[in-house]
Amino acid sequence: MSAPAATSLPPGAARPVVSLRGVSKRFSNGTLALSSMSMDIRRGEFVSLLGPSGCGKSTALRIVAGLGQPSEGTVDWPASRIGRNGRPDADIGFVFQEPTLMPWKPVFDNAFLPLRLKGVSKAQARDTVMAALETVGLEDFARAYPRELSGGMRMRVSIARALVTEPKLLLMDEPFGALDEITRQKLNDDVLRLWHEKGLTVVFVTHSVFEAAYLSSRIAVMGARPGRVVSDMALASPAGRERDAGFRSSDAYGELCRHVSQALAGAMYAPRGAEAA
Amino acid sequence: MVALADDAPAANRSESAPGANRDRLMRIAVPAAMLALTLLAWEAYVRLNGVPPYILPAPSLVAATLVKDWATLWPALLVTLQITFSALILALVGGSALAILLVQSRWVELALYPYAVILQVTPIVAIAPLILVYVPSTQGAIMICAFLVAFFPILSNMVQGLKSVDHNLLNLYDLYGASRWQQLRMLKLPAALPYFMAGLKIGGGLSLIAAVVAEFAAGSAGAGSGLAFRLLESQYRMNIPRLFAALVLLSATGVAIFAFTSLVSWLSLRRWHESALSREN
Ligand SMILES: Nc1ncnc2c1ncn2[C@@H]1O[C@H](COP(=O)(O)OP(=O)(O)OP(=O)(O)O)[C@@H](O)[C@H]1O
Ligand SMILES: [Mg+2]
Repeated sequence: MSAPAATSLPPGAARPVVSLRGVSKRFSNGTLALSSMSMDIRRGEFVSLLGPSGCGKSTALRIVAGLGQPSEGTVDWPASRIGRNGRPDADIGFVFQEPTLMPWKPVFDNAFLPLRLKGVSKAQARDTVMAALETVGLEDFARAYPRELSGGMRMRVSIARALVTEPKLLLMDEPFGALDEITRQKLNDDVLRLWHEKGLTVVFVTHSVFEAAYLSSRIAVMGARPGRVVSDMALASPAGRERDAGFRSSDAYGELCRHVSQALAGAMYAPRGAEAA
Repeated sequence: MVALADDAPAANRSESAPGANRDRLMRIAVPAAMLALTLLAWEAYVRLNGVPPYILPAPSLVAATLVKDWATLWPALLVTLQITFSALILALVGGSALAILLVQSRWVELALYPYAVILQVTPIVAIAPLILVYVPSTQGAIMICAFLVAFFPILSNMVQGLKSVDHNLLNLYDLYGASRWQQLRMLKLPAALPYFMAGLKIGGGLSLIAAVVAEFAAGSAGAGSGLAFRLLESQYRMNIPRLFAALVLLSATGVAIFAFTSLVSWLSLRRWHESALSREN
């Protein structure tokens, strides 16, 4: 496969942050959600997991976060120490596919939660939390309760919550699926800027080809039943794109989208693995 | 109901205000008128047919008796109230504490749950005589009966509540390395609050019922001074107006407990739980 914008890996990226080796996940009801998935996520990458609904993207992301054990295979953190509780000490921010807010707490307290759990006082955290809320455009709603917000606003609170700890690894599960195009583009740019400025590593689940093509330095296309990585493409670094207003309408972007689309179509009609055999 | 947040942005309340006021007025006026009508019909029926007071006293006679016998009824009411509320509070504390213990470990749950169920399904009137034998003070025994009855619904509601926390929120707490204590205090207990409130409402009603039933059992054993005992006593003496007066006090107590528990529930849930919010589409 010839990626139009394929580049060699950036230097110093040799040591993966997370490394999945032959990871399978079978749920207790017998569903095989992932089948021997192997993948390395290197520092500073912006990896998108792209695939059709139900192919195991959320499952894979949760396993990367250490939520739920794989049925087979291993998840390694070569670059992090393993803490007392058996988790890597890598700072992880996670945005769930659903907003996952505490309905009994106002927006501010919801975004404050990760810091509160770390023992930061409310007064100390105020500026950080408000800055995160500002990033997602919700600074005026700090005192509202989640049920008083729209679906997209709730999702933005959840994004702000993931940002307050300034994580090094940001895992996002279709964070912008419920948003309008304008807000989505703005937040895409915000995430790109954060990634670029703070040197984050991002794993981003999406089923939008356009979003994946815009954001990613690498796209892992997943196929369904059982879920696995069908194609793994390195792309040109998206750094600086957020400042280039013309990029979304450029030929290079169109070419990129077409290329990713083909890969996705290939994944969806790829011969089935274990089940078909 | 005043469900809207006072700081809700762009609240357009003025248009609907008159309608809301009338609605509130109707909500009080309709049941009140209905109650007055019922009492009036009752009074008329008794007077027109000359029903003797030892069969069915007129509401006016019941009211007069209530005033006349206040010196007897008031201390009895206090005793019943004291038993009911101490039983309820004990059940709330005990039920919640045991529920927290049960959800901490599957082993504890497996080991203890059967006892809670056995206590619940055994009719309390059947244990009451035994408790009366074991516990020297009659009032203490009645209190224990009322406690046992109110305990289980609170326990089972709390267990259900503590277990029905959104799994992704649990994941989130895990992810940020929350301690068990933080998870309990900041996540599980608030999430269980609506269930606790449901338990409180059920337990409040049940503890009054159990206090009366247990006193009936105790009263037949020859001791007691709560409202239930006064009720039995009035029956022996064919003092039916006083029986009705005692009954009115019991109903009023029940209504007051219901109103109080509903208010507590509404106050604690009004900002966030669907059950306490009016639907606005
Ligand atoms: N808790 C569970 N128990 C049983 N099966 C599950 C569970 N969670 C997910 N699955 C199954 O695993 C498969 C993958 O689910 P997953 O949520 O990872 O999909 P996804 O790729 O995130 O889809 P979407 O894009 O729709 O969110 C699905 O077939 C689903 O039915
Ligand atoms: Mg998903």
